[in-house]
Amino acid sequence: MATTLSPARRREQTQSLPDWISTRLAPPGILATQPTRDGVCTIWIAATDLRPTLAALKEDASTTLMLFDLTAIDERGRTHREGQPQAAFTVVYHLLSLTSRADELRIKVPLGAASPGLPTISDLWPNANWYEREVWDLFGIRFDNHPFLRRILTPPTWTGHPLRKDHHARATEMPPYSLTEDEEMHEQHALRFDPARWGMKRHSAHSDFMFLNLGPNHPSVHGVFRIVLQLEGERIVDAVPDIGFHHRGAEKMGERQSWHTYIPYTDRVDYLGGVMNNFPYVMAVETLAGITVPPRAQMIRVMLAELFRIASHLVFYGTMAQDVGQLSPVFYMFTDRERVFGIIEAICGFRMHPAWFRIGGVAMDLPAGWDGLVRAFINDLPKRLDEYDAMVMRNPIFRARTQGVGAYTTAEAVEWGVTGPGLRATGLAWDYRRHAPYACYDQLEFDIPTAANGDCFDRVAVHVAEIRQSLRILRQCVDNMPAGPIKAEHPLTCPPPKPRTMHDIETLIHHFLGVSWGPVIPAGEARCCIEATKGLNSYTLVSDGGTTSYRTRIRTPSFAHLQMIPLLSRGVMIADLIAILGSIDFVMADVDR
Amino acid sequence: MMRLSLPVLTPLAVLGLATMLTWVERRLLGLWQDRYGPNRVGPGGVFQAVADGVKLLFKQDWVPPFADRGVFVLAPAIGMMTVLLSFAVIPFTAMGGIAGGMNVGLLFILAMMGLGVYAVVLAGWASNSKYALLGGMRAAAQMISYEVFMGVSLLGVVMAAGSFSLRDIVAAQGRVWFVIPQCLGFCVFMLAGIAETHRLPFDLPEGENELGAGFHTEYSGLKFGMFFIAEYAGIILVSALVTTLYLGGGLGPVLPAAVWFTLKTCGMVMFFILLRAALPRPRYDQLMALGWKILLPLSLLNVMATGTIMMLRATTP
Repeated sequence: MATTLSPARRREQTQSLPDWISTRLAPPGILATQPTRDGVCTIWIAATDLRPTLAALKEDASTTLMLFDLTAIDERGRTHREGQPQAAFTVVYHLLSLTSRADELRIKVPLGAASPGLPTISDLWPNANWYEREVWDLFGIRFDNHPFLRRILTPPTWTGHPLRKDHHARATEMPPYSLTEDEEMHEQHALRFDPARWGMKRHSAHSDFMFLNLGPNHPSVHGVFRIVLQLEGERIVDAVPDIGFHHRGAEKMGERQSWHTYIPYTDRVDYLGGVMNNFPYVMAVETLAGITVPPRAQMIRVMLAELFRIASHLVFYGTMAQDVGQLSPVFYMFTDRERVFGIIEAICGFRMHPAWFRIGGVAMDLPAGWDGLVRAFINDLPKRLDEYDAMVMRNPIFRARTQGVGAYTTAEAVEWGVTGPGLRATGLAWDYRRHAPYACYDQLEFDIPTAANGDCFDRVAVHVAEIRQSLRILRQCVDNMPAGPIKAEHPLTCPPPKPRTMHDIETLIHHFLGVSWGPVIPAGEARCCIEATKGLNSYTLVSDGGTTSYRTRIRTPSFAHLQMIPLLSRGVMIADLIAILGSIDFVMADVDR
Repeated sequence: MMRLSLPVLTPLAVLGLATMLTWVERRLLGLWQDRYGPNRVGPGGVFQAVADGVKLLFKQDWVPPFADRGVFVLAPAIGMMTVLLSFAVIPFTAMGGIAGGMNVGLLFILAMMGLGVYAVVLAGWASNSKYALLGGMRAAAQMISYEVFMGVSLLGVVMAAGSFSLRDIVAAQGRVWFVIPQCLGFCVFMLAGIAETHRLPFDLPEGENELGAGFHTEYSGLKFGMFFIAEYAGIILVSALVTTLYLGGGLGPVLPAAVWFTLKTCGMVMFFILLRAALPRPRYDQLMALGWKILLPLSLLNVMATGTIMMLRATTP
């Protein structure tokens, strides 16, 4: 424990994390320090140093570090690796400090091509469990001593590791698919739940347990999500979430689509978030390309993102009420959401997935009369929200169902990588828009709503308060929308600005290439993160200097949040689990990608 | 002629009304939820219920291979039968009802409701599926416990009227409806009535957000339709009972008794539907706690208070 360590081992506040690590490592110490476009400190260490380093960081780095992301890169096809150690695979540990932006750290470990493996860190950070399973599933990198290293996103019968560069990406690279009856039986048998494999008992001292498949098609699991429940009567002894039914290979698709044509795919990751998903992606591309987005485009982006936050929170609010059996609120809230979509449609021409952001700006300028629409909406919604407070939040049955149910502390939330409203409901006022303001959030006023108990009710309360804060941000956007261009004057914006195309050959060439190939983004690595509807959503892009991304990593909040379900559901009733699921606010596309 | 046609017509009328009620409920919910509800089939969508009925009738009569066939088929029949039989003793008019004058009418209804539990429990058991079993278990616990204080809450009415016959109970409300002197019993009976018909907020045996469709998860076609219609007939039954026991039955000025009875019953039915539109669902253990810790003492208190007042009245000259 941190308290038993000698003070000398603890880091001085003035010392940077990499310096502190290098003093603690035996030679060769830090293998390399990699410059990245996003400015996050990136160090390479040897596989043998991994566990001691991470254990030390966890215990006595004098900063609260969250395991933000854990992923891998298949380096075998990459040409631009200047200054990086030899590696066939790289495992990346991204640690986020909630207290200081300077302490954000990316640790990379080089691995060889033959049976790559590392020790697990799931005993240090519990949320590493699923991330390591994902890396095993998609890259075939082994994690020794992992409690349950099995496939997580692909079916158990899958062969190969999809995110390896030698794994096919398209159906046309494979022979025609057929499913015989035997194979079908085999597939179905593989999905059958075997308690013994999870170390679960079938009987207690005095009764048999019932194993109940909640999902993949169940009205309250918000998509295709399966939780296997070990029940004693209606009380849950243990739960095993099973994800992957919604996996569409969004990260693999990123390696095949041009930088520009990938934008619509991002809309569908958190499908309630719409253009909010474009945000971190285009920001990451812009960081790689060195594009500065003009202020009007920034403000339009923020405005649309906040509109989508309201739309998503309204769905959450309504379905949460429905999950505890209240039939009507969802209809009222969907009516409000329709109004949001009306505005979004007026601006973008699409409703749920407008794919409106572009590399370097947004697709088009705001239409005439947009401000009237937004103003009417932000004047009207608060009254409706007051009504919903009376109907839902002050309803004694709703309170009885949600207060004290599914509670976790701030410390647990950080351990499990919980961000967004789920983290703020525990009492920590931490919002990425404040922690590391992106776009024009540093110029906007808003509060960070928090609650105290971290239970289902508090999570709903924070969501509701956030709708009001988003309205506040929207008002500032309408009042202060700057004039100017909506796309950067930069050769790599896409589609490229047109006016000078027919006047000089240089612009014409850029325009021609930008439209036919798509832009060629300079080699490098960048990660951009936003406070999405459900928590932190980040895109890490690795460019090898081509027309497509070399590696697209999507870190979604829902993936981290779902991992907590077993912890929250032990000992509660089935009905409580439904309330917990509703209050977590996830969509399966955001989990499985 | 009258004596012959009533036993035939009443169940048919109840079935017809229950079927129509599915449409009424959907339209009312639509109204309260800012949407339309079914409005396409016939004027105002009134034939929607017919269309649904035809659809259910023509569906394949399917029994899952893993179910206990005999019991599986029997369960919805029990559900339907017990509800229909209960209507026999409801006095729609001062004279009417098939056996409106039965001297143990109230006990008969309680007995029928007690038997009605079997439908749900057997359906849950015979389906041999986990969700249905959980629903059946919930139903057994919920309905048996709520039956207890439903019975106790009615004792006050029986004591005040001095009879188990529903016709006598109506007659005893000539001066003041029992809803006023028996308001405690009325509240308990209302809650127990909702629980008996397993409607929201007490629809835990079905609890679609938790158990899919609960005890009738495995049912389809006409057998599902029977559960469905029995539930709506149950709503009408409980509404008619509340009208009879607490709201003076057919008593009322100017209009004939049958009209008053219908109006009051319709009002109660609407109230049931409004509850469904308004309230969330408590958790299973909260529901049981409410029953045993609050409603049972309240209904006992009601009996005691009624008895005390009656005794005081009898002793004071």
